[in-house]
Amino acid sequence: MPPVTLDQLPVGAQGAILHVEGEDPLAVRLMEMGLIDGTPVKVLGAAPFGDPREYLVRGFRLSLRATEARRVSIQPT
Amino acid sequence: MSAPVAAPPIAPPLTVALLGNPNTGKSTLFTGLSGVQTRIGNYAGCTVEKKVGRLSIQGRSVRLVDLPGTYSLAPRSPDEMLAVDVLLGRVADVGRPDVIVCIVDAANLERNLFLFTQLRELRIPIVLCLNMWDAVARHGQEINLAELSSRLGVQVVTTTAHHRVGLEELRGAILQAAGQPPADAPAILPEPVRAEADELARWLDGQGTATEGFLATRALLDVEGEAEQRLIHGGPRETAERLKGARTRLAEAGLRLAAVESISRYAWIRQQLDGVVRESAVPPRATTDRIDAVVTHWASGLLIFLAVMFLVFQAVYTAAQPLMSAVEGAQEAAAGVISSALAPGMLRSLLVDGIVAGVGSVLVFIPQIGLLFLFIALLEDCGYMARAAYLIDRLMLRLGLSGRSFLPLMSSFACAIPGIMATRAIENRRDRLTTMLVAPLMSCSARLPVYTMLIGAFVPAIALAGGWIPLQGLTLFAMYSLGAVVAVPIAWLLKKTVFRGPTPPFVMELPEYKWPSPWIVAQRVISQVRRFVEEAGTLIFFTTVLVWAAGYFPGDRSAVHDLDVRIERLEEESGEDDETLASLKEERNAMSAALTESSYLGRAGRAVEPVFTPLGWDWRIGVAVISSFPAREVVVASLGTIFSLGGDTEADDPSLASALQSATWPDGRPLFTLPVALSVMVFFALCAQCGATLMVIRRESGSWTWPVVTFVYMTALAWLAAWGTYALSSRLLG
Repeated sequence: MPPVTLDQLPVGAQGAILHVEGEDPLAVRLMEMGLIDGTPVKVLGAAPFGDPREYLVRGFRLSLRATEARRVSIQPT
Repeated sequence: MSAPVAAPPIAPPLTVALLGNPNTGKSTLFTGLSGVQTRIGNYAGCTVEKKVGRLSIQGRSVRLVDLPGTYSLAPRSPDEMLAVDVLLGRVADVGRPDVIVCIVDAANLERNLFLFTQLRELRIPIVLCLNMWDAVARHGQEINLAELSSRLGVQVVTTTAHHRVGLEELRGAILQAAGQPPADAPAILPEPVRAEADELARWLDGQGTATEGFLATRALLDVEGEAEQRLIHGGPRETAERLKGARTRLAEAGLRLAAVESISRYAWIRQQLDGVVRESAVPPRATTDRIDAVVTHWASGLLIFLAVMFLVFQAVYTAAQPLMSAVEGAQEAAAGVISSALAPGMLRSLLVDGIVAGVGSVLVFIPQIGLLFLFIALLEDCGYMARAAYLIDRLMLRLGLSGRSFLPLMSSFACAIPGIMATRAIENRRDRLTTMLVAPLMSCSARLPVYTMLIGAFVPAIALAGGWIPLQGLTLFAMYSLGAVVAVPIAWLLKKTVFRGPTPPFVMELPEYKWPSPWIVAQRVISQVRRFVEEAGTLIFFTTVLVWAAGYFPGDRSAVHDLDVRIERLEEESGEDDETLASLKEERNAMSAALTESSYLGRAGRAVEPVFTPLGWDWRIGVAVISSFPAREVVVASLGTIFSLGGDTEADDPSLASALQSATWPDGRPLFTLPVALSVMVFFALCAQCGATLMVIRRESGSWTWPVVTFVYMTALAWLAAWGTYALSSRLLG
């Protein structure tokens, strides 16, 4: 399967992080929280209106807006 | 008689810093360790809460410093830099910590240890506290503690702070760690990064700017971070160039600066945890998953959200009323006691209308603050608060705010004061200030008496749309919605101008659900109330006394006091209101109105009359509005005084309505027409005539700038809207 960005991964799907784009505080924050190369992610659900969404990563639930999730490229599994 | 014993040498008090990720139970642990012996304040010049607890471990006194929950020690704002400064001993009144207690969620060691690896590099003895230990056992997870301790090179203690389990062991470990030199930090960052950081620190030393290795590393890694800013502004001139050179060399060596720290630390953590943690057979998140299936579902989730918010609002709006009436009752009783003990005069007026009213104006907010924070603490502690922010984020984003702003704004419909205090949950400073600045626009309960009085007196009791829509109700609804409607463009405008900047990320952890701890909830409510009384309370009190003085001085009130003496004597003797009594009261009220006119307040009203003329007001309305600065609802009593009814007039007093209806301009035209009443109401809907709100903004923002900005923009807005309302409705109705 071709890589996608995290916001495009459907609810319930899983994947592995390829990389987080950018050098700004948001990118660094995501990486500090453990979103680094190879980390598995699962989409748990979406808020009303489809945004933000909830992800399972390294055993905790993380809420991200689509604009933020777009920074993370994913290899769906 | 025993022989004198040489006093043991008194050991200096220990300073212990408590750090951890959010949602690790850090506040619970802090409260468990230090109990009620806590002082909460702010660090000078920033919004960071300074929480210092005192405890004694085996006779040794300990200062426990609670630092804000964080995922990383890479400061990107002055507020985040503060934690680093405390740890480096750069905050004068705290002192360099002797021990760090790093609290982690035992069920999620991997992510939590990231912060731990950074703390290790500070060269301060660390105790690693594995909190929520009961969950590990419950889920059948296994952690080899001895092995973990030896691999990490620190003491490891397990606690269940919620049930106060393991605290004694933790206390012992703190004392033990305090006596030991810190173990050398393992070399986690790649060699080229460490070499560049060492080189930078050496160079800075040579330039006479002694810099801790920790700060040099941060300056190198955090592009445009606080450590870099500080070195560039406070260090040698070539610093920026040096940093650039070092970063270029690292990039040439194939290291991606933004990712190198996370990758190397997580790799190291993986290695240490390998074979130490055995994952559970039962998925540890099953319970939360089941709850979330309903609570964050788009339909049932929204319904639950609305129900919870309705409940919170009702509690602050309705359930607080009896308590507030009790405070007012107590205030009246105190005033009654003073009045019966003292003859009418300045002292009595100062005590009753200045001091007692001032104390009352502080205490009256306590029920609302207490109730709101009771709910906030419950929702926060059980894990729902993050869900609420998650559910409503999309809507709030349209205003340029985040989901975290919803609850403070909603609470402000009851009262802006607890609402503004609740903005502390908003992580981003610009979002927090925007929320604080628009919160007072929400129509609070103190505006209601003004609306009901003016609507009852001037809006015709007719119905529109074939009898379906009563005009009075419609007017009330319009006044109630006005502030919220105006807040939308104001928030948008603030975010586009004063608080312009990139949309702050909404990277938020949704914690596991748990039962809230009554102990923690009670602690939080008490500390919020105490803080309000101690800090904002004094300012509110003095505002009330000041406005009292402005309305009392100068002018000779002895004639009024003489009349008061006669009235009170007559009332005691006959108990009936006969004609003499009525005429005496009338005389007294007229005299009092004349004195108010000649007071500083009255003079101010006269002086600013031209400002209010375009709104259709005369000086008397102006004075009533100015004197309501301590609290909006005071305007009713002020109108009573000015229109010769005495100062204890109530909003639903029919004599006030008729006095206003019969008030005229000097040329005999009626003063209050429907356009004037509407313009007064619109002014009150939007103005900042609430000293208490401004004092709380001062307290929460840590600066006088924001209350001044709030007052100026709201008053200007109120004036413009009142002017427009008057001009438009005069044309339509006249």
